[in-house]
Amino acid sequence: MLSVLTDNWDLFRDGFWLTIRLFLVSAVLSLVLGTILAAFRVSPIPALRGVGTGYVNTLRNTPLTLVFAFLFFGAAKMDLALPSPYWAGVGALTIYTSAFVCEVVRSGVNTVSPGQSEAARAVGMTFFQVLTLIVLPQAFRAIVPPLSSVFIALLKNTTIAAGFSLAEAGAIPFSMSERGENQLLTLIWITIGFLILIVPLMFLQRWAERRTAVA
Amino acid sequence: MSTVLYEVPGPRGKVRNRVSNLLVVLAVAGAAAWLINRLYTHGQFEGRLWRQFQYSAIQEQLLTGLLNTLRAAGLAAVLALLFGAVFAAARISDHKWVRVPATYVVELFRAIPLLILMFFFYYANIQFHWGLTPFSAVVFGLTLYNGSVLAEIFRAGIAAVPKGQREAAYAIGLRKNQVVRLVLLPQAISAMLPAIVSQMVVLLKDTALGFIITYAELLYVAKQMGGRLTYGFPYIPTYIVTAIVYIGLCSLLSVLARYLEGRSRRRRKITGAPPPLTLDEGDASVAGRS
Repeated sequence: MLSVLTDNWDLFRDGFWLTIRLFLVSAVLSLVLGTILAAFRVSPIPALRGVGTGYVNTLRNTPLTLVFAFLFFGAAKMDLALPSPYWAGVGALTIYTSAFVCEVVRSGVNTVSPGQSEAARAVGMTFFQVLTLIVLPQAFRAIVPPLSSVFIALLKNTTIAAGFSLAEAGAIPFSMSERGENQLLTLIWITIGFLILIVPLMFLQRWAERRTAVA
Repeated sequence: MSTVLYEVPGPRGKVRNRVSNLLVVLAVAGAAAWLINRLYTHGQFEGRLWRQFQYSAIQEQLLTGLLNTLRAAGLAAVLALLFGAVFAAARISDHKWVRVPATYVVELFRAIPLLILMFFFYYANIQFHWGLTPFSAVVFGLTLYNGSVLAEIFRAGIAAVPKGQREAAYAIGLRKNQVVRLVLLPQAISAMLPAIVSQMVVLLKDTALGFIITYAELLYVAKQMGGRLTYGFPYIPTYIVTAIVYIGLCSLLSVLARYLEGRSRRRRKITGAPPPLTLDEGDASVAGRS
């Protein structure tokens, strides 16, 4: 059983390394894009709210595989293709995940009761003081636990890139079947690899949940 | 509209908001115009790219793809609900030897990427000749993953019923089975329903993974159609059509989930605590509720 892993160590190493890179880069980008969208959705300008709502409702109801397919096959037809398959993968994951990040951040901000910021404004704080000293610290507590589940989902979603010729961990079975290796053992090793990546994230989430539950 | 972040605007703020609103509308219109122009200059609106949707054979093909998607989603939904019910029951069991393995199974299937779960059935079938079709690989994968998530939803829903209900039920001498069946579940189900329906949206969307393991669902059909040389590789038209179908279907379910959520919230308002003051229905929070 071990030989499946050791004989093909290069495949597993490169695959999971690409998975991790896809995950980290899309996580950071979707955090940025999602926060911007959340700012849109709570802004006092109706058109911006409309943009945010439209984006979230569209992307949350679209299969990620379709986003991938569009970026890989469709975008090239109008010369909008991203520079490499890697960036197209990052793009698809970011576009999709940021809709979920947006919702988490927005509902986190909405958990803060308006009385808090009204009181802060009453004592003369400026908008940025209200935002950074009053709203965000309280919203943060409500954001972290669901945000970590969004990122766990993102990590698992990176496997979809395997269907679009990105050689990440989900694509290992394709190369392994060319090498004529035992597929079941391969999949078990891939599962173990993902568990190694996901279990720490899960514990982080539990820990964050416990911390915020007490406060 | 006073929200957490913004005050009710004064006269100058109102003007500023109105001007920025106009600017945003213009920017969105500009972006849309640019995109349409881009599509137009790259010939994506040419008749030959769209012509194939007029042929009944092609329409039937799309319909078959859609039916395959719905078939997989429907069967997987039923099986996942069963799986979820069984494992939720096991997880709240008083017997440790039932509870602990069930917890591990649920946690494991939630942690494995869905595509890898499907691969297990797909490749195991190739290796051991189980006679499974890609359809069953999709359905089993969806069942295991969504069933585990549903088990978690059921368990959390039952745990969320106020403690006094359970204690009162035990106090009048009901058995555990009766407590769960007669007291906890009826109350938990209305609270869980929105989450269950949202999970069905996830399940429906995830059928698109069947594309990767060659199950002929909607996206797979779309890829084939997009790759036709005779119609000039109409990838963009087919994906637009597919996206409309997916977004339409999932939005319907999402609307249902939202309706159920609103209903259970209203009901709680009637039976529960005094209704909150509704001086200003801040429209940001109304528009913001997705």
